[in-house]
Amino acid sequence: MMETGFDVVLALMLLGVGGWSIIARNMMTAVIIFIAYGLLLSLAWVRLHAVDVSLTEAAIGSGATGLLMVIAAHKVAGDSQRVVRLSRGFHVLAAVFATLVAIGIASLAFVLPGAPVSLAAPVLERLPESGLGNPVAGVLFVYRSFDTLLEKVVLLLALIGVWALARDQDWGGVPGLRLFQHPHSVLMLLARTLPPIGFVFAIYMTWAGADVPGGAFQGGTVLAAMWILVMVAGVRRVPRVSSPLLRLAIVAGPLVFLAIGFLGFVAPGVFLAYPDGLAKPLIVVMEVALTLSIAVILGLLIAGPPRAKDSA
Amino acid sequence: MIPLQAIAETGTTPGGALLVLGIVMPAVALVALIGLGGRAARMIVAAALLFQLYVAVRVALLVAGSATPLAYVVGGFQPPLGITLRADGVSALMMVVSAVIFLGAASFAWKDFAQARGQPEARLSLIFWSALLAMASALNLLFTSTDLFNLYVGLELLTFAAIPVVAIKGGAETLRAALRYLLFAVFGSMLYLFGIVLIYGAYGTLAISAIAAQVQPNAATLAAAGFVTVGLLAKTALFPFHLWLPPAHAGAPAAGSAVLSALVVKGSLFLLMRLWFDTFPSLREPADMQLLAFLGALAVIIGSVTALRQPRLKLLVAYSTVAQIGYMFFVFTLVPKTAGDIVASAAWTGAWLQVVAHAFAKAGMFLAAGLVAEVLGHDRIRDLGGLSARAPLVVLTFAISGLSLMGLPPSGGFSAKFMLLAAALAEGHWVWATVIIAGGVLAGAYVFAVLARMMAAPTKAAELASIGRTRQLIALGLASVSVLMGLMPLHPIAFFEIGRFP
Repeated sequence: MMETGFDVVLALMLLGVGGWSIIARNMMTAVIIFIAYGLLLSLAWVRLHAVDVSLTEAAIGSGATGLLMVIAAHKVAGDSQRVVRLSRGFHVLAAVFATLVAIGIASLAFVLPGAPVSLAAPVLERLPESGLGNPVAGVLFVYRSFDTLLEKVVLLLALIGVWALARDQDWGGVPGLRLFQHPHSVLMLLARTLPPIGFVFAIYMTWAGADVPGGAFQGGTVLAAMWILVMVAGVRRVPRVSSPLLRLAIVAGPLVFLAIGFLGFVAPGVFLAYPDGLAKPLIVVMEVALTLSIAVILGLLIAGPPRAKDSA
Repeated sequence: MIPLQAIAETGTTPGGALLVLGIVMPAVALVALIGLGGRAARMIVAAALLFQLYVAVRVALLVAGSATPLAYVVGGFQPPLGITLRADGVSALMMVVSAVIFLGAASFAWKDFAQARGQPEARLSLIFWSALLAMASALNLLFTSTDLFNLYVGLELLTFAAIPVVAIKGGAETLRAALRYLLFAVFGSMLYLFGIVLIYGAYGTLAISAIAAQVQPNAATLAAAGFVTVGLLAKTALFPFHLWLPPAHAGAPAAGSAVLSALVVKGSLFLLMRLWFDTFPSLREPADMQLLAFLGALAVIIGSVTALRQPRLKLLVAYSTVAQIGYMFFVFTLVPKTAGDIVASAAWTGAWLQVVAHAFAKAGMFLAAGLVAEVLGHDRIRDLGGLSARAPLVVLTFAISGLSLMGLPPSGGFSAKFMLLAAALAEGHWVWATVIIAGGVLAGAYVFAVLARMMAAPTKAAELASIGRTRQLIALGLASVSVLMGLMPLHPIAFFEIGRFP
């Protein structure tokens, strides 16, 4: 009864906060509400027993995406002349379309065959072979590691896409992250005290991901947040995009992943298969390298393309 | 649910590892390129693309030699838990076509995206070559994967590789084109993803052969097929989802436009054919397929008419892509649900010839358009006069690419359109037959309008830049392939039928 009550309240809050972010007049307000909406959504995922999804929603859906939107809203607000105001009719049309889509999706949930068909049973059945305890990690790094490998390549291309927006003369310079360097600000205090805690937390999340919810993506996001904090506060310099060390950190994850994939050709003879008994140690090595790369890439995606060298 | 053993189809075949290499080696090269920096880019790309061609040719020879598809079970886990790669005749065909066009485009771009000796890394070099490698990897994945989610990853990789190429020149106009492309493509991705979520919910598997074995025409499946189809149409730029294509393809550098128009739009089209012919063959109701063919017909007519009205050459060539894609959608209605007769085979062969002939003709034509813009410093069709005297090879390239687009013999475009036309008439689809002929006439109009301008006397004595002979020959070479394809007998090609799911 208690739980049902919680679910009803959560569902109502989701609808309310979602609606609020749509009708908010000010763009920055809408973005902040959207971030809150993402956090509520991650609670909903916990209630659905999808803790891995919940962590990802909080870290990526709400955190990293929210931060990108804050930056975008800030840039647009500073350039109000170029903001295109859409007509009222367009808003109504969009609302009608979105409502129809929502109704369509909701009704499809009812047309799916009665008993949910799922691969959960076979996934769990063969999980012990790999030595992992978290079935989500099993899907990501054992059964469908090919998807995960290619997704990491997509992440590299996302960074290439952001970097493509730089001007030629600015190339090789420092990303145009806005800095707030005030020696006595709260930000400075946080930038000096939070990172050690965040660092330990990120390592824990990555390490624990093999057996309980967590993993490279969630750990990497926490690490990225810490990195951005110290860069924005000016505790650490923003690196140049052409820095060899930075490049190494970017490709470390995909590189180790590919190497372990090719190792499979040698033993046991299949690409992306693990040698007997070595599955878990190899996956942990891979996750550590991926955590580093994900953290650096997310940080660079938020930092944006390199800007004119003098403004850095 | 079907027991696992029943779903597991063929295991890894000899030579199956080539399929992994075709996808993974460009990714290895990409990682090396970003890690080592743009200065090593061209050498890495050259090695990767040559290897790509080797892999593609080996795959094609193995498929042709054994007349059976190649397969590889990645990680050793059979579907439904794992992912299987599989190359049938059309996969092998497209792998070879894409390897050749990538090599052509890369050689054309060799000087433009060079890196000055002793200078720091240049932005153009890093971005362009990275995107090219990622596109090569993504296309091979789309041509060979048999898992609907793995194919989604391929679509994403292809999209995120194509957009930087559109945005690479900078400037408000290209950025707007890139953003519009991004919005269409992400809309398409979301619909596709939503569709396959429904499919997984209904069948508990993402493997194409397992879905095909148990597919039912229930509401969830039909909705899923609809979502996935509309999503892929948005990415393939079929009318009315074509609005993003012309500014995007016209705004990219010439070598980029060539790859985008010749290959990238074919990636999502390939997946659409996988879907309707291999995943849901039993759902292919004539009325729904007529709708796809109808949109194709509108694309042919409206794309061609709009091409005729373009003031700029690159935009004209881009609108011609919108039109030529339309022809490929006749395959959905011309190959009936119960395939097997000669007419269906002719339509199947015709559609694939159209895909390949258009790829080579359009690659050649975009490269030629790029050279025109370089010689004259602009690409206004009105002021093309005098070009035939100053750059005859470029005009020749444009003309023979045009031959294939119009469908005049001898050319691959002729063979393709002739076989589609023959199938349409044999099955009594006189509407589609009329559109195929009308499209050829309209293509003739826009190609000749440009050629006439190129042959005309110079409008004003303009300063002409010089262009290297090598790049002219590369463009001519690619265009010539589309013409040489016309020398093949007009006959259904057995290679295209190898390994089609029953």
